[in-house]
Amino acid sequence: MYLKDAYDVRDKYLRKEMLPTIFCPGCGIGSALQFTLRAIDDLGYSQDEIVWVSGIGCSSRVPGYVNFDGLHTTHGRALAFATGIKLANPDLKIIAFMGDGDTSAIGGNHFIHAIRRNLDVTVILINNFTYGMTGGQVAPTTLKGLKGTTAPYGQFENPFDIAGLAVSAGANYVARWSVFNYLQGINSIKKALQKEGFSLVEFLSPCPVSFGRRNRMKTAPELLRWYQKITVPLNKAKKMSPEELEGKVVIGEFADRDRPGLVRSYMEYRERAKKMMGWEE
Amino acid sequence: MRYPFPVGKADFIPGDEAIARAAILAGCRFYAGYPITPASEIFEAMALYMPLVDGVSIQMEDELGSIAAIIGASWAGAKAMTATSGPGFSLMQENLGYAVMTETPIVVVNMMRGGPSTGQPTFPSQGDIMQAIWGTHGDHMLIVLSPSTVQEAFDLTIRAFNLAEKYRTPVVLLGDAELAHMRERVYIPTPDEIEVINRKLPANEEEARLPFGDPHGDGVPPMPIFGKGYRTYVTGLTHDENGHPRTVEPEVQERLIGRIYRKILDHKDDIISYEKFGLDDADVAIVSTGIVSRSAIRAVKMLRERGVKAGLLKLHTVWPFDFDMIEELAEGVKKILVPEMNMGQLYHLVKEGANGKAEVELIPKVGGEVHTPMEIAEKVVG
Ligand SMILES: Cc1ncc(C[n+]2csc(CCOP(=O)(O)OP(=O)(O)O)c2C)c(N)n1
Ligand code: SF4
Repeated sequence: MYLKDAYDVRDKYLRKEMLPTIFCPGCGIGSALQFTLRAIDDLGYSQDEIVWVSGIGCSSRVPGYVNFDGLHTTHGRALAFATGIKLANPDLKIIAFMGDGDTSAIGGNHFIHAIRRNLDVTVILINNFTYGMTGGQVAPTTLKGLKGTTAPYGQFENPFDIAGLAVSAGANYVARWSVFNYLQGINSIKKALQKEGFSLVEFLSPCPVSFGRRNRMKTAPELLRWYQKITVPLNKAKKMSPEELEGKVVIGEFADRDRPGLVRSYMEYRERAKKMMGWEE
Repeated sequence: MRYPFPVGKADFIPGDEAIARAAILAGCRFYAGYPITPASEIFEAMALYMPLVDGVSIQMEDELGSIAAIIGASWAGAKAMTATSGPGFSLMQENLGYAVMTETPIVVVNMMRGGPSTGQPTFPSQGDIMQAIWGTHGDHMLIVLSPSTVQEAFDLTIRAFNLAEKYRTPVVLLGDAELAHMRERVYIPTPDEIEVINRKLPANEEEARLPFGDPHGDGVPPMPIFGKGYRTYVTGLTHDENGHPRTVEPEVQERLIGRIYRKILDHKDDIISYEKFGLDDADVAIVSTGIVSRSAIRAVKMLRERGVKAGLLKLHTVWPFDFDMIEELAEGVKKILVPEMNMGQLYHLVKEGANGKAEVELIPKVGGEVHTPMEIAEKVVG
C-alpha cells in the first residue's frame, strides 16, 4: 500500500485552530485517527458527506480535531444520537469514535441495540483497557488481575470481549487490531466504511499515562510489546484450547456479512406502510 | 401534501392523539420513543402516521436513547419529538441539558402521572413541574408549556415546535394522564390555517462559522445543520461562538450561559401566554395551570354566582415565569390560591411573584383525582 505523507493527511483533515490535542505523549488515539483519515482519503469520500459522532472520554474528543460535521455528545450515548442523524438524513455517512468504557459500560445498551438494528455506522473503538479521561479506573475491558484506581489490588471481574459481543449481536463487519497493526487497521477501516449496516473496528490502544503507569508499562513501546505478547491472530487462536487462550486477546477479522442495514429496512417499511394503507400501489 | 387524518374539520379524539396530529402539522418528521403509560398512545399514533408522511418513527431501547436520537435528528435538519411520562422524563434529563447547551430545537412531551418512582401510572398529577423547569443539572433555561384541554394540547404542541425552532431550544410540553386519555372535540386545521415557524439557517459562510454566536443580536444563532458543507462541531462542553470547547475560562461559560438565558428571557412577552377570567374586579385570584384549570374556571363561576369576586389566571406557559405579572396581580387582590395536583410546585413560583403583596395559599392534591370545583370554591370562601 502506498502511504501518503502524514503531514498531508494532517493538513487536509485536521482543524489547525484546535491543535494541539489533549492527548498525552504515547497515546494511541492519534494512530487510530490517522488510520481512519487515511481510509477516508483512500476511498475518496468528501468531507461534507461524513458526520463524526462521539460520547465522552479521551477517544471521544477526536471529532473536535477533524474538519467535518461532528457531534460530541454525552457519555455512552453516541450511537443513539447517530440513529437520529442517520435516519433523518440517510445521505450522511457516520463514523462513531468511541472509548471502551463509553461503548460497553454506560453505552452498552445503545451499543447492542444499534447493532441489532444494524444501524448504518462505522464505529472506531479505542480499547485502552481503562477509563483514560477520568484517570485510570478499571473498565469492562480490563483484563483480570490488571490494576486501576478503582481496583487497586487487581481487577476481579471478567472482561468483555467487545468485538465478540458485536459479532453475536449481528454486526455486518467486525475486526480487532492493535494500533501496531497499521496496514490491517487501515484496510479494515476501509472495508468497514464501505459496508451497509453496522461495522466495528476495535483498536488496542496504548494509554501509558492512565493505564500503563499503574501496570508497570510506563511507555507506549512497553505497551506495544505487551500487546505482542497477549494478542493471538484468529487463525492461530482457532487451534488453541480455552485454557491456552485465557488472558489472551484474539485479533483479526471476525465478521464480514451483508445483512440489510437499518436505513434500507426502514425505507422498505415505509413503502410497506403506504401499500397497506392503500396510498401506493 | 396528503395527511393521514382529516384536516379542516373537527374530530373527537384523546389528548395523546391530538398531540401526534399537531406535531405532524407543525412539521415534525422524526419521532423516537419508548412506551410508557400514559404517553404510549402518542407513540402509537406517530408509528401509524410517520411512514405515510415520509417521516421516521422508531422505538428506541430506552428514554436516554429516545431523546438522544431526536437531538441527532434535529442536527440532521428534522423537526423532532419524543414523548414520555415521569420515569422516562427522569431518564431524559441529562440529554435535555445537552439540548439546552447545544441549542438544539426539540420537543419533549411529558404526560405526567403520579410519582415519584413508578407511582400511579394511570392517574394524572402535576408532580413534574419543577423537574421540567430545573430537572437537568447546571444553570439552564428552556421553555415549558402546559395545556388543560385536548384543543389546547393540539394548539400548544404546534406552539412548542414553533418556539423550539424560533429560539433554538428544547421545549417541554407538560400534559397529564387525564388529558392523555380524555376525548374531546378538537378542530384540526388545514396546513394553511396554522403558522409554522422554521429555524433560522445560516445566510452565508460567515454566519455558519459562528454556530453559537449572535449575528442577529437576538441571542439566537442560525443553526448550520449537518451535511451542508459547513463542518460544524457541536459539543456539550462549554464552547465559544465557533463551537470550540473552552472549558477553563470563566468568561466563556458566562457568555454562553448568559446568552442562553437572555435569548429566552428577553423574549418573555412573545413566549409567555395565559388567559384571564374575571380578574378585573377580583378580590381573590386563583392561579392554575393544566388540567386543574378546568375545575378552577367552574369554581370561579360558582363563586361569582354566590357574589364572591373571584377570578382566574390560567397559565399556558409555566416557564419562563412572569413574576412581575403575578406581583401586579397580587397588588390588586387580597388573596391568591394555587390549586395544583401535587404538594406545591407552581405555588412556590406564585409566592415568589406575589412578593408579599397578597397572601398566597396552596390547595394541594395528590392521589390521582383532579380537584373538584367545590374543593377550590370552598377554599376561596374559607
Ligand atoms: C454520565 C456520566 N458519567 C460519568 C462521566 C465521567 N466520565 C468521563 S469519561 C469517562 C470514561 C472514559 O473512559 P472510556 O470510555 O474508556 O474512554 P477513554 O477516556 O479511555 O478514551 C467517564 C466515566 C460522565 N462524563 N458522564
Ligand atoms: S489518558 Fe490515556 S487515553 Fe487519554 S489521552 Fe492520555 S494516554 Fe490517551
